[in-house]
Amino acid sequence: MKRFALVLVLVVLAASIVAAQDIKLGGVGPVTGEAATFGVSTKNGIVMAVEEWNAKGGVFGGRKVKLIFEDDKGDPAEGATVYTKLIQQDNVVAIVGTVMSKVTLAGAPIAQDAGIPMISPTSTNEKVTLVGDYIFRACFIDPFQGTVGASFAFKDLKAKKAAAIFDIGNDYTKGLAENFRATFEKLAGKGSVVAYEGHPSGATDFKAQLTKIIAAKPDVLYVPDYYNDVGLIAKQARELGFKGPMVGGDGWDSPELVKIGGTAVENGYFTNHYSPADKRKIVQDFVAKYKAKFGSEPDALAALAYDATYIMLDAIKRAGSTKGSAIRDALVKTNLDVVSGKVTFDANRNPIKSAVIIEIKDGKQVYKTTVSP
Amino acid sequence: MSIGLFRIRANLEHSVTGFANIRIARKGTVRMGSIFNAQQIVNGLQVGSIYALIALGYTMVYGIVRLINFAHGDFYMIGAYASYGAFFLFNSFFVGKTGILAFIVLAASMLAGGVIAMLANQLAYKPLRYKPKLSSLITAIGVSMFLEYFFSALPMIGPSYRSFPDIIPKVEINLGLATISNYVVIDIAVAAILMVGLTILVRKSVLGKAMRAVSQDKDAARLMGIDIEKVIGYTFLIGGAFAGVAGLLAGMTYPRIFPYMGIQPGLKAFIAAVLGGIGSIPGAVLGAYIMGLAETFASAYNSLIGEGIAFAILILVLLIRPRGLLGEKTADKI
Repeated sequence: MKRFALVLVLVVLAASIVAAQDIKLGGVGPVTGEAATFGVSTKNGIVMAVEEWNAKGGVFGGRKVKLIFEDDKGDPAEGATVYTKLIQQDNVVAIVGTVMSKVTLAGAPIAQDAGIPMISPTSTNEKVTLVGDYIFRACFIDPFQGTVGASFAFKDLKAKKAAAIFDIGNDYTKGLAENFRATFEKLAGKGSVVAYEGHPSGATDFKAQLTKIIAAKPDVLYVPDYYNDVGLIAKQARELGFKGPMVGGDGWDSPELVKIGGTAVENGYFTNHYSPADKRKIVQDFVAKYKAKFGSEPDALAALAYDATYIMLDAIKRAGSTKGSAIRDALVKTNLDVVSGKVTFDANRNPIKSAVIIEIKDGKQVYKTTVSP
Repeated sequence: MSIGLFRIRANLEHSVTGFANIRIARKGTVRMGSIFNAQQIVNGLQVGSIYALIALGYTMVYGIVRLINFAHGDFYMIGAYASYGAFFLFNSFFVGKTGILAFIVLAASMLAGGVIAMLANQLAYKPLRYKPKLSSLITAIGVSMFLEYFFSALPMIGPSYRSFPDIIPKVEINLGLATISNYVVIDIAVAAILMVGLTILVRKSVLGKAMRAVSQDKDAARLMGIDIEKVIGYTFLIGGAFAGVAGLLAGMTYPRIFPYMGIQPGLKAFIAAVLGGIGSIPGAVLGAYIMGLAETFASAYNSLIGEGIAFAILILVLLIRPRGLLGEKTADKI
């Protein structure tokens, strides 16, 4: 065992001498375990991004990227171990990872203490980036969708008055509704959200709230619930005579939505992270390359991992250095077009970026547009 | 009884609209107008109709055997699934013949709800009939949980949501004051027809006479040659069938069914029955419509605490009148 370890150390040492000029980038994802498909997509996205950068001639000064990818198995303890290994043994300059919020929360303090910048592609828990100033993420956090939904309703649907209905027992839908209201009132003026109604969790009859909403004559109805409630709400709203568009969040993203809601969810739109049908060139190139390389259509996890890697390597390039603090300072100033939109960071290192809008048309999800907040 | 019942309902609607007009006239705000208006009354009546059908079973069973049958909400769920199954079974045979199909589906929901209720009585409640009341009560909770978990374990039902088909094409009618769909009309009409039917049955038929006799005094009824177990069985059958219809109506109106769908409406219908005076048939109906309307108005007034207001009304009524609005004086309720 000891000899084996010695050999391993020698091999690693030799390898690091050979590739002394390479920039070591850590990648983490749950390639096995309960979220294995997430991990595989994430790894694919990171690998593809690194290969593209290397094909272009490296990050800066001809220095190429050497990716060291570790499996966190979807387990926080394992996550902490691989973060420590990447930082202390492999001496990576930055980390792209990981997928699940609970694992990211175990790894982030280690990266923060070591002064190694990291970016999580898909951890949506608000606490993740609050761990410290070296922790970033590439996906928007849930309440942000409310902001995007409001801009879409105001700018694209030309709504002057809006109403919202949400589940008072669920932080996800409450957060979206609150952000929708704040943004819409900022855009369309105070009092432009003419009705703002909650409903208890598990309710099936929403008519009392909807009647009140419809009496206030909104141009658009914001419904940030999950698909099975959205179906019922949409049906009842149409039954009570509401003909305007409805807007929601990624909780709509299920084939069940149309089964429950039927034609009532037509003229419905929802915000999502990414759509392979997005017509921007960067997206179509990504989808084509990914399909050629991995034989399947990239999902949101692959797209966000690809984006996270681009954001990190772009920051290293602009920093012109592999020093943690320099990369961090460059990350803060990120302004980059990636697959999931144009990214800048807010004070809490959450991305401010566009979201895609999916329309329900003839019972199918159709890409509508990309909206910036 | 039925005339009295409808007079009460008419008065109730009247007083509510009257109240609305006064408030609108005085305040002149859109806010009050959007809470107390014709549309909200229709909404409340629709919810109330479904509660009423469930509450009737609660109150009938209580009236006869002094048992709060907590599994009653689950008969409602069974009714919904039975009609769902019947629809897909017979849909291809009767394409375009909506009337026949609707009748089959209705029959299936009543039959399933009624038969399961009768079985629950036969297997679970009957052996405990003369044991302490608490035993039956706990058994009822057990039956309820059994039905819920058993149905979610069945492979053809399963625990997840199913979307209920549109058995009858939905048509919206704009009446100016309110927009209603044919489903609203169906919900309210079916409930009204069944309630009138039940009233006639209880008042005029031999079975109804026997039911009233058993509810007044079991021993005397038995001495008069009434087979009280048979009467109790029929009571469960009718109560279960009503809950089954409520399940069908709810499935059509709120097209999403799942094995736990009976819990909340079951609880609310139980409260409605208590509010109206448990054991009293007109009381259950009155309580159900009060619940439906109170819930609707309260949710419209302030959706964040809407449900709370509805239950506060219940507590208030029970504080002032512990036996419920139309309840008879009895020493113990459970």
